[in-house]
Amino acid sequence: MTATQQPSALNFECETGNYHTFCPISCVAWLYQKIEDSFFLVIGTKTCGYFLQNAMGVMIFAEPRYAMAELEEGDISAQLNDYEELKRLCLQIKRDRNPSVIVWIGTCTTEIIKMDLEGLAPKLEAEKEERNAISKLMNFGRKKEEVKQEESEYKDHQPLVLFGSLPDPVVTNLTLELKKQGVKVSGWLPSKRYTELPVIEQGYYVAGVNPFLSRTATTLMRRRKTKLIGAPFPIGPDGTRAWIEKICSVLDIEPQGLEEREAKIWESLEDYIKLIRGKSVFFMGDNLLEVSLARFLIRCGMSCPEIGIPYMDKRYQKAELDLLEKTCNEMGVALPRIVEKPDNYNQIKRIYDLKPDLVITGMAHANPLEARGINTKWSVEFTFAQIHGFTNARDILELATRPMRRNNNLKELGWEKLVQEEAQV
Amino acid sequence: MKLAYWMYAGPAHIGTLRIASSFKNVHAIMHAPLGDDYFNVMRSMLERERNFTPVTASVVDRNVLARGSQEKVVDNITRKDREEHPDLIVLTPTCTSSILQEDLQNFVSRASMDTQGDVMLADVNHYRYNELQAADRTLHQVVKYYLEKAKKKDELPTGKTEKPSVNILGISTLGFHNQHDCTELKRLMADLGIEVNEVIPDGAAVHNLKNLPRAWFNLVPYRELGMMTAEYLESEFAMPYVDITPMGVVETARCIRKIQQVVNQQGAEVNYEEYINNQTLYVSQAAWFSRSIDCQNLTGKKAVVFGDNTHAAAMTKILAREMGIHVVLAGTYCKYDADWFREQVSEYCDEVLISEDNAEIGDAIARHEPSAIFGTQMERHVGKRLDIPCGVIAAPIHIQNFPIGYKPFVGYEGTNQIADLVYNSFTLGMEDHLLEIFGGHDTKEVITKGISADSDLNWNKEAKAELGKIPGFVRGKVKRNTEKFARDRNLSEITLEVMYAAKESVGA
Repeated sequence: MTATQQPSALNFECETGNYHTFCPISCVAWLYQKIEDSFFLVIGTKTCGYFLQNAMGVMIFAEPRYAMAELEEGDISAQLNDYEELKRLCLQIKRDRNPSVIVWIGTCTTEIIKMDLEGLAPKLEAEKEERNAISKLMNFGRKKEEVKQEESEYKDHQPLVLFGSLPDPVVTNLTLELKKQGVKVSGWLPSKRYTELPVIEQGYYVAGVNPFLSRTATTLMRRRKTKLIGAPFPIGPDGTRAWIEKICSVLDIEPQGLEEREAKIWESLEDYIKLIRGKSVFFMGDNLLEVSLARFLIRCGMSCPEIGIPYMDKRYQKAELDLLEKTCNEMGVALPRIVEKPDNYNQIKRIYDLKPDLVITGMAHANPLEARGINTKWSVEFTFAQIHGFTNARDILELATRPMRRNNNLKELGWEKLVQEEAQV
Repeated sequence: MKLAYWMYAGPAHIGTLRIASSFKNVHAIMHAPLGDDYFNVMRSMLERERNFTPVTASVVDRNVLARGSQEKVVDNITRKDREEHPDLIVLTPTCTSSILQEDLQNFVSRASMDTQGDVMLADVNHYRYNELQAADRTLHQVVKYYLEKAKKKDELPTGKTEKPSVNILGISTLGFHNQHDCTELKRLMADLGIEVNEVIPDGAAVHNLKNLPRAWFNLVPYRELGMMTAEYLESEFAMPYVDITPMGVVETARCIRKIQQVVNQQGAEVNYEEYINNQTLYVSQAAWFSRSIDCQNLTGKKAVVFGDNTHAAAMTKILAREMGIHVVLAGTYCKYDADWFREQVSEYCDEVLISEDNAEIGDAIARHEPSAIFGTQMERHVGKRLDIPCGVIAAPIHIQNFPIGYKPFVGYEGTNQIADLVYNSFTLGMEDHLLEIFGGHDTKEVITKGISADSDLNWNKEAKAELGKIPGFVRGKVKRNTEKFARDRNLSEITLEVMYAAKESVGA
């Protein structure tokens, strides 16, 4: 990347993959809340359980509809029979909770010992008298990252089906936004209940709402024979407008009043935007929302030297990447370098050199960076906050500007660097 | 397979990482899949650590599965050695590496040929040990490694320190109130005229470990962490150790007396009796608290205690022996060390529960209906559900259990802190109870604006007098509830009958 603006294409790099991110089994945290009649069973070790227990904080105490099937030494050495063990636990779950679906989450361990969950699931499902579907997600830490996991549910119905798990208010909001254009959303994947999953037939259009759903997109295209609308994601008013426009253009509808709608939203954001205009943001990369967020923040007037990202599907994210490039050119800022599978150690060196005004990063690095006088925003909050659609653009900026607003309050105290010398990483 | 929603002790590698990250300039490299470095988040968030946690992963991915780690682990070790120059790199196996059964020791040997610092493989098996056992083992392993190394190089310092001195073993990161306990122990040692030789692992440099034998004795404040090291030092260097947790007034005195015995055997001539007496009666407030009428009110109240061995045992003794509280159930999740726990508490409680199953503990609490619980964060939430107050005394813990203020559990200041914790838990319970008796909790409905005397309702003399008898902190609420009751029924005068009817209707 050079400092001057240049019209060249985006620059992709790939580092060592030594970065911090949440294990994808964390998807149970919001998927069990989204799919109200589900039960998530994570088949793994104490390590997985410890992660979930700590990552989910107080949620764990609210009688969650997920549990660990904790593997013991006898399971590893096959002294115990996988099928019998799973049957015993699933019957217990069925007795205690009676879910409509039990989702098995495979883990590193089940993968290494080659536990055939895909084979066992239909067998075990058939054995039950009542219908109690057991579907299975392969959920392997060594391959996928954090949010990518919510892909992989199936079924749906009618011309346009949207996919991606969002909180219900956001679903309503985006559905209404499309309704304004005369676009009918015939189903969402996933829906509120497993029993209400939409039917999806050949020839339907599908569109993703999140950047990390490339496997779901692939499945919908190849296995369900649907047509994917490749659009930027409805994050930020610019993204939301582009998303709606693309859907409309594919469905052959002339969009109405979008320009004014977007302009109005931007106007209402001005109080936040003036805090970050001209500042720089560095994404260390851990949840795949990075490109969309960077594109939005650049439109807000920020510059972005680096977008770290766990995994980049250039086909699924093509429209988003194009919009990013266009946005950079229009705003007159240099194109960011996009670093796939980043190396956190190297990134921290670059952060020391670049001195960005804001680093979006995981919690492992947030406090140490703050102690060195660098503003940080904890990245996982973006996956839990409502950030989609016109209405929620404010929430993104509320998060992104929070460190600036807080540190503005503290500025006069002169407490910038709170570590002594030894500024080695 | 075991269906589990919650666990008390973490996996083995967490214990190893706690030891590694406690030492100064020691780096841990986990042989683990992407996402297993969650330890860094915990360290950074719970302890609000300013520095980067010295833990990285040598990521196990599909290529590793196909071809083995090959050069990868070695490269990661030598890279870290170059980048940060740690004194020691601890290669940490996880559940994944337990199954892969790669020869990690071989990687360590190879890597150490190219590194400036030392490299070792943590000897912990995921399926055999939990977090606490692994921490104990790793500490022992590190200590042994450096003492043997020093012996080989003939660098072991000879002889003891001039004045009586102690090593404090087992203070570590993410330990429950460990930082405060450490400060308090140092203070106590200073009061006793004992020099602190080394504190390990927290803040210690590995190259100072060779000085450990110079101390006159070792102090192991926590049952879970440090015992293996203490036993090793005893057998190798004939160093006596004191393993009485100085938690609570009686146990602190017992610990000090044991220290007296140990140092006097080595030629010191100390007598701590007067110090103990003075602290107990006049400096620490806990003994006086036990005697005060506040504590009288706690007599015979029922409590349940659950936690790790150290804290649950100490709390049980404090509650029963020092405060006259009826401990109906004491329990630990340290199953592997259950005999010790039973022996410690059986004379101080009705029932002992050894379990790692949080539902079993929850059910036991529901069955006993104690007035207060002393447990982990899990028991705190059980308490919330059952409306029973809970004081948190042991890990697993949340960020609020890493207070910034000075809150030791050991030593004489610790006794004060524990007295506050116990008293506040029970008072809250009492307050709740009174609320229940005198008219229930706040409802979300707006009843009247305030508790000013000029309401439109007329309280007759008897009713007014009765209202006056209700403890001040719930009086306003009772008044509002009664008035709402009267207003709902179009009653203009409030009599004793109306008051009781209101109380009954709220109770119904």
